[in-house]
Parts: sequence; C-alpha cells; structure tokens
Amino acid sequence: MKISEIIKYTEASVVTGNPENDKDLEKGFSSDLMSDVLTLDEENILLITGLSNLQLVRTAEMADIQAVLLARGKQASPEMIELANENNLIILETPFSIYKASGILYSNGLKEVY
Amino acid sequence: MALELVFQIEGGDFSNAGKASSQIKKVLKQLNIDTRIIKRVVVAVYEAEVNVAAHAHRGQVKALFGETEVEVVVTDQGPGIENIEQAMQPGYSTASKEVREMGFGAGMGLSNIAKNTDNLHIESEVGKGTILTFRCNYS
Ligand SMILES: Nc1ncnc2c1ncn2[C@@H]1O[C@H](COP(=O)(O)OP(=O)(O)OP(=O)(O)O)[C@@H](O)[C@H]1O
Ligand SMILES: [Mg+2]
Repeated sequence: MKISEIIKYTEASVVTGNPENDKDLEKGFSSDLMSDVLTLDEENILLITGLSNLQLVRTAEMADIQAVLLARGKQASPEMIELANENNLIILETPFSIYKASGILYSNGLKEVY
Repeated sequence: MALELVFQIEGGDFSNAGKASSQIKKVLKQLNIDTRIIKRVVVAVYEAEVNVAAHAHRGQVKALFGETEVEVVVTDQGPGIENIEQAMQPGYSTASKEVREMGFGAGMGLSNIAKNTDNLHIESEVGKGTILTFRCNYS
C-alpha cells in the first residue's frame, strides 16, 4: 500500500518525509512496545502506534522501519521531527485510534506481519 | 583496520540511548556490510543501551570493528543481575512504570540480543554491575 493511500484511508497528516517519494509498504504492525517491534524480521512495514517519543524514532531507525503512523491525535515532538528528518523516517499523524486505523488499513489490503 | 568506538550512557537518560547504535550503524554502512547483518547488530546494541538507561546507573558501549566481525562490550555500574537465566527468559522484566511508559519493559531485550548475535556472554555482580559481550560476523 502506498503512503498516499495510507494518508487517504486514515485521514492522516504528513509530519516528516517527502510525499513525492511515495513508498509502497507491504505490511503493518501495531504496537506500543518497542522491544516487541525490535524482534521483527520484516522491514518494509508501517508501524502504527500510540507511543510518541524519541525511542519510537530510534526503534524505527534500528529496525529499518520506513514509516510510522501516530494514532489518536498523538503529535510528534520537535526532537522527534529533527531525528526523523536525519533518518529519512516518514511520520504520519491520524486522528483515528490504533484499532480503527489498523482495521481500515487491513481491510484495504495492508497485510499483517503475524 | 580495527576501528574502536566508545560511548557513555547515563542511567535514566533515554533520549541519549540510541546514539551508540546509531553511530555503529553509520560505520557498518560505510563498510558495506549487508543491511540484514547491520540490523542484527544495531538492534542488539540498542537493546543493550536501553537496558543501561532503564536498569543501571551509568555505563559504556565499546565497539571494535575487526576484519570479519564487530565485537561489542557494554559495561555498566548498577544493581547487576541476580539470576541471568531468569533475566534471559522472554517476558521476564523488573522494569519500572516509568520505563514501561517509555515503550520498554516487555522483557524481550536480552533474548532478542541473544537471537541477533553470536557468542553472547553476560557477566554480572549484584550491587556492582553487568558486562555484556557479543560479536556479529559480517557475513
Ligand atoms: N544492565 C542491567 N542491569 C541490571 N539489570 C538488568 C540489566 N539488563 C537487564 N536487567 C534485568 O533483566 C530483566 C530482563 O531484561 P530484558 O532486557 O530482557 O527486558 P526489559 O529490559 O525488562 O524489557 P525490554 O528489554 O523488553 O524493554 C530486566 O527487567 C532487569 O531486571
Ligand atoms: Mg531491556
């Protein structure tokens, strides 16, 4: 699923990342537990989370995750935005809950990791 | 070749945990190591850094980049680990509420370090600290 489709389905706004570079992601994973995310072997995924802090951006960097979707109106801090820009991480913000965002994306074809 | 990098970590300082793994990632990229291997190394180093921030008073990460592998030693001054076998069990955690709110404390870190590295060795003395040593082959 293209980033542009993820934005459309979840009514998300783009916080970091270049919308021109419309990456195609295969799978999604929803979690607030960073050490759980760090056990994943997949890379080409969207991480949907309610956790909005610097550790999220670090985790994405180490796990080679290209895009994160902050659920339920959680906002990225200036420190997060700075680090995400350095690492070319795409951060999106959606007003939807993790449940709703995950459900909508899943039913539109973004596959599960497990 | 044998490049050595050393980083300091303070207990409780989550925003700086990740600096060592981030630098190590840059070096490995420059060495043209396979991205899958890089991920294994930096995930292990990051988990170890977070453990120092979450569980110890202060610590140090040392990375030695050799010809065929990278060796990482994470040394900390802290409470130590009384039962290493128990600590290695996935799901076992003594993390505080604050650590959990940061997105950690699932009890997955040590087992994930073991999964991603070769020859993980843990030495710990209660009341003094912990030394974690591991290697990752470049191929
Ligand atoms: N450096 C350390 N000093 C003291 N105790 C430690 C250290 N590292 C780990 N431990 C102990 O071992 C337990 C398990 O560690 P592990 O990294 O597997 O999980 P965690 O840190 O609790 O959670 P997670 O890593 O999933 O965020 C910790 O909860 C803690 O009790
Ligand atoms: Mg841990």
